[in-house]
Amino acid sequence: MTVVKEPHGAHGAGTEPVDVNDPRLSRFDIVREGARRDDIEIVTYESQFQGTNSKAEKRVVRNIAFLFLLSGAAALVFLVFYIIWPWEFELGHTDSDYFTPILGISLGVSLLALGFAILAWAKKLLPHEVSIQDRHNTPSSDDDRLITGQTIAYLGDELGVQRRPLLKGAIGLGLAPLGLVAAAPLIGGLIENPHKGDEPMMFHTGFDPVPNEGKPVRLTREDGTSIRPEDVSVGGQITVFPGIPHGATNQYADSPTLLIHLRADDAAAARAKGNADAINKDSMWENYIAYSKICTHAGCPASLYEQQTNRLLCPCHQSQFMITDNARPIFGPASRRLPQLPIEVDAEGFFVAASDYKETIGPDFWERP
Amino acid sequence: MKRRKLDLAQVPANVGKGLDDRYKAATPLRGLLNKVFPDHWSFLLGEIALFSFIVLLLTGVFLTLFFDPSMKEIAYEGAYPALRGTEMSQAYASSLHLSFEVRGGLFMRQMHHWAALLFMAAIVVHMARIFFTGAFRKPREANWAIGVALFLLGFLAGFTGYSLPDDGLSGTGLRIASAIMLSLPVVGTWVSASIFGGEFPGEFIIGRFYIAHVLLIPGGLLALISVHLGLVFAQKHTQWPGPGRTNDNVVGERMFPRYALKQGGFFMAVFGVIALMAGLFQINPIWLFGPYRASEVSSASQPDWYVMFMDGLVRLMPAWQIDIPIGDGYVIPPLFWPAVVGLGALTTVPMFYPFIEARRLKDKRSHHLLERPRDAPERTGLGAMAFTFFIVATLSGGNDVIADKFHISLNAMTWAGRIGLVILPPLAYYLAVRVCLGLQQHDREVLAHGVETGIIKRAPDGRFYEVHQPLGPVDDHGHPLPLDYAGWVVPKKMNRLGALAPAVKGFFYPVEKPAEAPVSPGMPPVTAREEREEITSGR
Repeated sequence: MTVVKEPHGAHGAGTEPVDVNDPRLSRFDIVREGARRDDIEIVTYESQFQGTNSKAEKRVVRNIAFLFLLSGAAALVFLVFYIIWPWEFELGHTDSDYFTPILGISLGVSLLALGFAILAWAKKLLPHEVSIQDRHNTPSSDDDRLITGQTIAYLGDELGVQRRPLLKGAIGLGLAPLGLVAAAPLIGGLIENPHKGDEPMMFHTGFDPVPNEGKPVRLTREDGTSIRPEDVSVGGQITVFPGIPHGATNQYADSPTLLIHLRADDAAAARAKGNADAINKDSMWENYIAYSKICTHAGCPASLYEQQTNRLLCPCHQSQFMITDNARPIFGPASRRLPQLPIEVDAEGFFVAASDYKETIGPDFWERP
Repeated sequence: MKRRKLDLAQVPANVGKGLDDRYKAATPLRGLLNKVFPDHWSFLLGEIALFSFIVLLLTGVFLTLFFDPSMKEIAYEGAYPALRGTEMSQAYASSLHLSFEVRGGLFMRQMHHWAALLFMAAIVVHMARIFFTGAFRKPREANWAIGVALFLLGFLAGFTGYSLPDDGLSGTGLRIASAIMLSLPVVGTWVSASIFGGEFPGEFIIGRFYIAHVLLIPGGLLALISVHLGLVFAQKHTQWPGPGRTNDNVVGERMFPRYALKQGGFFMAVFGVIALMAGLFQINPIWLFGPYRASEVSSASQPDWYVMFMDGLVRLMPAWQIDIPIGDGYVIPPLFWPAVVGLGALTTVPMFYPFIEARRLKDKRSHHLLERPRDAPERTGLGAMAFTFFIVATLSGGNDVIADKFHISLNAMTWAGRIGLVILPPLAYYLAVRVCLGLQQHDREVLAHGVETGIIKRAPDGRFYEVHQPLGPVDDHGHPLPLDYAGWVVPKKMNRLGALAPAVKGFFYPVEKPAEAPVSPGMPPVTAREEREEITSGR
């Protein structure tokens, strides 16, 4: 391709109009004329190689062809391994571990080779080009702008809403309910009253004895077995669930509780603090104390118990609660203490909840009393 | 019957005629084929997001064929032995099935996840490019706002997406989402109860998130992306200043074939990188997290990276609870400020930035030429401030991991984040503005005096001075005539002016004879001028 240097100005000003039916014109001449008619000037258009079929060009063509073939070969590798390689999961270190990496590498190589082939074609083989297009920033004429503005404004005039106030009111009164009808099934279908029923969900957990026929609810492990005091060693802790059907499932997501067996001196401190508090008074059983595991900040289980400092840490946002001081928040974003579950031991020697939590469980909300 | 001979020369005219007869498309089609696009590597960042989105659609459709958005509890009986017999939701079981018992399913899942991470990353980097170069200015304000909305939609798409497998990590995320809804004043409990269909977690949320994730949000993304690209097309792309480039033209290459070909190749390259990542790097190994249990969480529970800034803000928020002593008393929990007000402000206020800046500068003109960040120090400073804020917040989202790995007190990390969030952004603003001004000054210096050559001369009177190579014409005394700044790169090193000899070949052993200067077609070969002296150190 020959080098085209445009001697004229950028937008072809002053060039003679070209007769595109002239048989002497090359196809590129016609393309250039077409671009010019769209106010695009192809300023530079030159081959990246000297002459046709130069050594350099052949090399680039060879490389691109290689990339296309590589892409195909890698795609074949993908297909073959997809079909023959053992892929079903097996325990231990097996061949199937390599299935996903093989797919990734073969598909990745195939797509990258295809991508680089196309890119190389565009960047190395196609002629180097600089075109200049007019942005046509000149705005429409003032008359046109005025006409359009007035046409839009006239829409209102034609409807005459301004002159007919009755219509204005009628439209409002007529359409607003219809709009609400559109929203009604969505909102009405979705809406749930969080405070309905005798046992509003925000304020009751699985430890509430009322649904359990008034009997105190036992503290159980995840598998539903009850817990005796000697099951928790000194300084130890265990996550307990309400001993009711499905008590350990997500159906009672607000009920998981942490039962801690404090050391004697810590227990004394905790009891002193607890008895000084109107709500937590007499909630401990001997050296055992139970707090809600659901963080009062964002509802994650506050599950990291540091035995030495008696702190409970929530791993989600690092709120820390002081176990020996009514689970008061001492660091982090939580602003409210963990509610304490009043516990006792029943006649058979198992832990039970003396009552439901006396404070609201879980993340804070507007109407929490 | 005699077969009509195909006249090859007539084919183009016939195609044009045929198209025009039917669709009146000859002229508009030509305009489309010839449309000029400016070229610069930084214009390709948005494309990465677009291509990732296409990969997301392709892989996402595959995943829907196997995923079951049901929260019914079943006992797992699949191929992964460690979880056999465990009670879990159907959604989690089908995600495990997809990972272990569908041929190539894990690969597709990882591809989907990596493409989502890349999508958000490309959006953020693309946004930074638009911001720092002033590409959002009139007439492109609406497209900037659409871009910010796309980030928010992508954020929601990501969150709903990683909630779907219903594993331990995604359940924890849902729990926090529910807490955020609860923190809304007045309506919080109603919103949470309505969205979850009762008490958390209920039995509906996965199904509802599923339809949002596969229909509503992608629909919104698709619509906004279409408008976004349509506006780029209609308003024509911005370009850097440079020779021949003005506010009224576009200098580049025509859309077909070269530009379109490059886009196609780039798409394949992005696709290939995602495939490599999906094959080689594990992402979200849900089988290790187990099913969601309200009582279980491990430390280092981090969301995907683009949600971490919010998690960080939530961690750093002091425990400031607002009590309203009316009636039984009402509460605004501390969670409300970072999670609702913070996220709301961070995703809406930036939408108005183009108007704020235009108003402040009283600038009503249309801008099609980009500005170098150094030429708008205050904007660059603001951007540096925003990024510092984002980075501190994001790092704080993983502060427990940092504390653990580097043996730093967790509380110290939180305090560092709190203080850093307040102190570092203004500091970043100050530094960025000073750096911009310094770079501006150096540009002007070089334009006025020329490039520093590194040659120190001693005058007969004993003075030392450095020789400067003027960039333009000189006056009678040999002093350079000051040049105007053109808004583009000023050459600051001699080798930028062609003073560098061709590189010596050989890495370990220099080849004795330096290679000849390569001959570039269209450019005159670089040859040393006769009169030029060798530059020596003067010894």
